[in-house]
Amino acid sequence: MVKLDTYKLYDRVVEVGRVVFIAYGPDRGKLAVIVDIIDQNRALIDGPASGVVRKEIGYKAINLTRFKLPIQKGICTKALKKVWAREKMEEKWAGTAWAKKLDSRQKREAMSDFDRFKVLKAKQARTRLINEEFNKLKASADSSKTSKKSKKAKK
Amino acid sequence: MHTNSYLRFSRKVILHHLSIYEGKDAARNAKAVKRKPAKGETKKVGGEKNGSERIVPAQKKPRYYPTETRPKKLVSRKRSFNGHAHKLRPSITPGTVLIVLAGKHKGKRVVYLKQLRSGLLLVTGPFTVNGCPLRRVNQIYVIATKTKLNIDNIKLPERLNDDYFKKKKTRKAPKNEGDLFESTKEAKTVSPELKEDQVNVDKQVLEAISKHPDHKLFTGYLKSIFWLKKSQFPHNMIF
Repeated sequence: MVKLDTYKLYDRVVEVGRVVFIAYGPDRGKLAVIVDIIDQNRALIDGPASGVVRKEIGYKAINLTRFKLPIQKGICTKALKKVWAREKMEEKWAGTAWAKKLDSRQKREAMSDFDRFKVLKAKQARTRLINEEFNKLKASADSSKTSKKSKKAKK
Repeated sequence: MHTNSYLRFSRKVILHHLSIYEGKDAARNAKAVKRKPAKGETKKVGGEKNGSERIVPAQKKPRYYPTETRPKKLVSRKRSFNGHAHKLRPSITPGTVLIVLAGKHKGKRVVYLKQLRSGLLLVTGPFTVNGCPLRRVNQIYVIATKTKLNIDNIKLPERLNDDYFKKKKTRKAPKNEGDLFESTKEAKTVSPELKEDQVNVDKQVLEAISKHPDHKLFTGYLKSIFWLKKSQFPHNMIF
């Protein structure tokens, strides 16, 4: 019988120490850590640095991140806070594409009508620059092609 | 009146109705006495027992008292539109850029100047920027943006009121049979006062724009037309 190695199938599993992102509920958008696994449906989480009070939560309400803290099962809040700080979780999380995407989405939502217009204009300016450069390159490429062709014709 | 029957009005009310004219006159006379001495001519009167003179009133009292009591106008708490208090959304302050949602200029971003007595908002494009003249808009057809101009120093002409913008009714000339099918419509003309005020106000608004930190993009912003893109929902958006 072949034993399935879950660690090879998935790089993120529900386990003690797994840092999770809370997808919905009152603590939506906050980071927490799985401290204990209650059963197939619920885990005990705690997020002292992000303001999540120790509580049970359904797996559907959390998204697993790629981070895992080296903690013991059922670690107390105070000790967890220390580990969190030592591992620099805030910095690590902020560096992920996930966090950046959330951040940019928030910024976009907070934009006013005039801000949206400014972004539009900035994008237009960027595209103009890119097109100019592209057309220059294209023109030079075309001219070299034609010159080759003309040489061939001469021969 | 039968003693067993009910009275429609109380005795007091009936008496009040019957004596209403007397009472009114009395009140009026009392006022008149307070204000000025009775108007009239003093004439000398002969006879020993008649006093030496009498006053002939300038205005005669009516010879008859009306036989019917006229219906009295009731005091109503309702106010005509003119007396209504008009609220303004707190997000709209002088200088706020508004997005017009209805009418000829819908989609345009315009500058709010002030609220008129009818509750309508006085706005300008400015006209030279996006073609929206000095104009009245109802605030329900407007989105208030967070963008504001500082127009504290602007002096608006005092004649810019509701009457100024009202359509002037012109009497139609009676139709003759000959010109039954001729179009008698006159071309719309802009009054010289509006033209003058437009130039005056626009000049000041443009000056205010030039002082805005984003003045380079501001006129472009006012020129641009508002529309919703995919996955944009106005109730979720910040303006």
